Amino acid sequence: MKKTKPKPKIKELVHLTADPRGVLTGVHFMNGDQAACEGALAAGCRFVAGYPITPSTEIVERFASRIPTVGGIFIQMEDEIASSIAIQGAAWAGLKSMTVSSGPGFSLMMEHVGLAAMLETPCVFIDVQRAGPSTGLPTLPGQADMMQVRWGAHGDYEIIALVPNSPQECFDLTIQAFNLSEEFRVPTFVMMDECVGHMAERVVIPPADKIKIFNRRYTTLPPEEYLPYRTGKDLVPWFVKAGTGRRFHITGLTHDERGYPMMNAETQGKLVRRLVDKIRANAEQIVRYEEEDCEGAEVVVISYGITSRVASRAVEMARKQGIKVGRFRPVVVWPFPEKRIRQLAGMVGGFVVAELNYGQISLEVERLVAGKVPEKAIEKRRVNQPGAATAKSD
Amino acid sequence: MPAKRPRGKVHTAAERCKGCGFCIEFCPLKALRASGALNRGGFHFPEIVAPEKCSGCNMCGMICPDFAIWSEKLVREKDEAEAED
Amino acid sequence: MKKEESISLEPRPQNPIESLIRVERLPHMWCPGCGIGISMGAFTRAVVESGIDQNSLSVVSGIGCTGRVAGYLRLDTFHVTHGRAVPFATGLKLGNPKLKVVVYSGDGDLMAIGGNHLIHAARRNVPLTVILINNFNYGMTGGQFGPTTPMEAFGATAPYGNYEYPFNLPYLMDVCGAAYIARWTVYHVRQLTRSITEAMSKDGFSFIEVITPCPELYLRRNRLGDALKEMIYLKENSRIQNGAETRTVAIEKIRGEIIIGKFVDRERPGYIQSLDGHLQKVLGARYQRPPFWEK
Repeated sequence: MKKTKPKPKIKELVHLTADPRGVLTGVHFMNGDQAACEGALAAGCRFVAGYPITPSTEIVERFASRIPTVGGIFIQMEDEIASSIAIQGAAWAGLKSMTVSSGPGFSLMMEHVGLAAMLETPCVFIDVQRAGPSTGLPTLPGQADMMQVRWGAHGDYEIIALVPNSPQECFDLTIQAFNLSEEFRVPTFVMMDECVGHMAERVVIPPADKIKIFNRRYTTLPPEEYLPYRTGKDLVPWFVKAGTGRRFHITGLTHDERGYPMMNAETQGKLVRRLVDKIRANAEQIVRYEEEDCEGAEVVVISYGITSRVASRAVEMARKQGIKVGRFRPVVVWPFPEKRIRQLAGMVGGFVVAELNYGQISLEVERLVAGKVPEKAIEKRRVNQPGAATAKSD
Repeated sequence: MPAKRPRGKVHTAAERCKGCGFCIEFCPLKALRASGALNRGGFHFPEIVAPEKCSGCNMCGMICPDFAIWSEKLVREKDEAEAED
Repeated sequence: MKKEESISLEPRPQNPIESLIRVERLPHMWCPGCGIGISMGAFTRAVVESGIDQNSLSVVSGIGCTGRVAGYLRLDTFHVTHGRAVPFATGLKLGNPKLKVVVYSGDGDLMAIGGNHLIHAARRNVPLTVILINNFNYGMTGGQFGPTTPMEAFGATAPYGNYEYPFNLPYLMDVCGAAYIARWTVYHVRQLTRSITEAMSKDGFSFIEVITPCPELYLRRNRLGDALKEMIYLKENSRIQNGAETRTVAIEKIRGEIIIGKFVDRERPGYIQSLDGHLQKVLGARYQRPPFWEK
């Protein structure tokens, strides 16, 4: 059997390899949307609920076509609100689940981003960003949902967000998103953009036994001992699915370890502090970035997603002119690679943050390097107008 | 089954009662009344006025919004004797 | 304090439905005379009497007074966002069709903010049982008018009376295609219990509207008397008409006859059956039934 289970580590992580039924092993030429769908299938996602929207629809179209022969469910819901909670119902039945959208639909989903954070439902959202606000430019790219994904729902909470810059990464990072979501029981986001979603490139899908999969830890405690929100040091409670005789209650209200509503400041403090800390305390483990020639650079260009590829060209041109330029690309954007950016602040001349918006991640960078780099040395650069990168990246 | 007319017994969880009076009103045999005493919430909980009248139909239990009262049928004499011990 | 002592503290036998209730959370938060607890009692008796596997029974509630039902039931229970109990339940049911999934929520939750989800679940014929508690207003937030408030009734946001037509819920569910539709009042506990049992045995979408007094807000604001008076009103003014044409059962006036009964009970393939049958037919051997359905 390919499902070999390596030795459990300290935290009794449930590492597996992928279920071969969902893995389309081989070398493909496919676009980012299709690759993200294959990533989800390889990760073991067996439930997708979605609603049509450009430019993310190809993900659900492919899932709808593929899943009946893999063994799972696609349901087209009546709207994105319904999609973003249907996946949580499926998650509490024990499935790995996902929904997919773009700006306007993503705005509708915010209600259930908060719910997933509060219930600690493992689930994955993909946002193929287009230019906004409102209906905006449905067929052209944007990167202006980067703060929405971080702060879009009301209240305090933390999420994880990954940003691919190629179809290959759409595949890889979607698997990664599922693994992180399962491990930390937190809604996890793949923040694509229209360019990455629609451009086709070589995508290598490895054999199933080479794909590492992490599954949520299910409780083994008997019903009389189990409490749905009791945690150990890692701050992540063990999961229980419906129908196992535990007779548990979960609620979006502030709740205690039993899952019962408890309307007081102590419970609120304890619960929400843990929801935040389970990500913040583990940020170093979650954070991922790529950097090149940053230490000692005159200027470091920070960019992510499709913009990182456009920025590469600019970096090369600058280097030809003899400027010492470093490149930094957050792959996981939330939690942000704070520690590394703070370190770099003392070693470089300045930063240029290139992104397809009027200043979002640049604000995060400014916050981190404040006082360490002269204010003038932090530049927020629009690579192009949001929506206008298509021609260049093609 | 003995052919004897079934009799019932009422149980109350008076501390849960909110005094709506549904059980008293809808008891088909009018076997209940409001107690003169109050529970912790300040409500007059029900009490049995005529134990011999209770048929154990559980209308009180079904109509109670607070799970504070219910009745059971006592069919056999033996069971009944035990219940009254 | 003295008076309390007259309460008997001797051990009492357990109410047979208490195994289904989180008794440690009693007394519950509903107002004196509120009918939600009665409906919950009827639900628990339906569960006990039907012999349904309680470990495979999940209840999903939205927000509002009725939304708190889930929290008082000793089952796998989910208290989710406002109006979204139906789509959550849809995901849960499709993720494990062996679960019996009941949506238990109020008229405002299910029909106003959740209206779109309700009609689509009925259209798809998702095998869910929806118990809609209709108290004609939003109770939790202080008695605002809602999509079921009768014409001219007062509400916190209808200070001069309501001038919007209310929904006729059984008719709406009928045209959407629900497999089972009934309406009872909380006075009709026996019929309600039987109806819940029947509804849970359907393979498609089943819907029960339960008319309930809201004494502290709706009744008080409309000067309709206390809860007991309302219960007597419901007893005397309800007419059982099983199989009634749903278009004739609207409740549009504050006072008037209430038609109750089992209106619709039809066989129509449920969503799971449709999905499975269709894909099997079209894809043949290539079709892979979801392995998590088999367990």
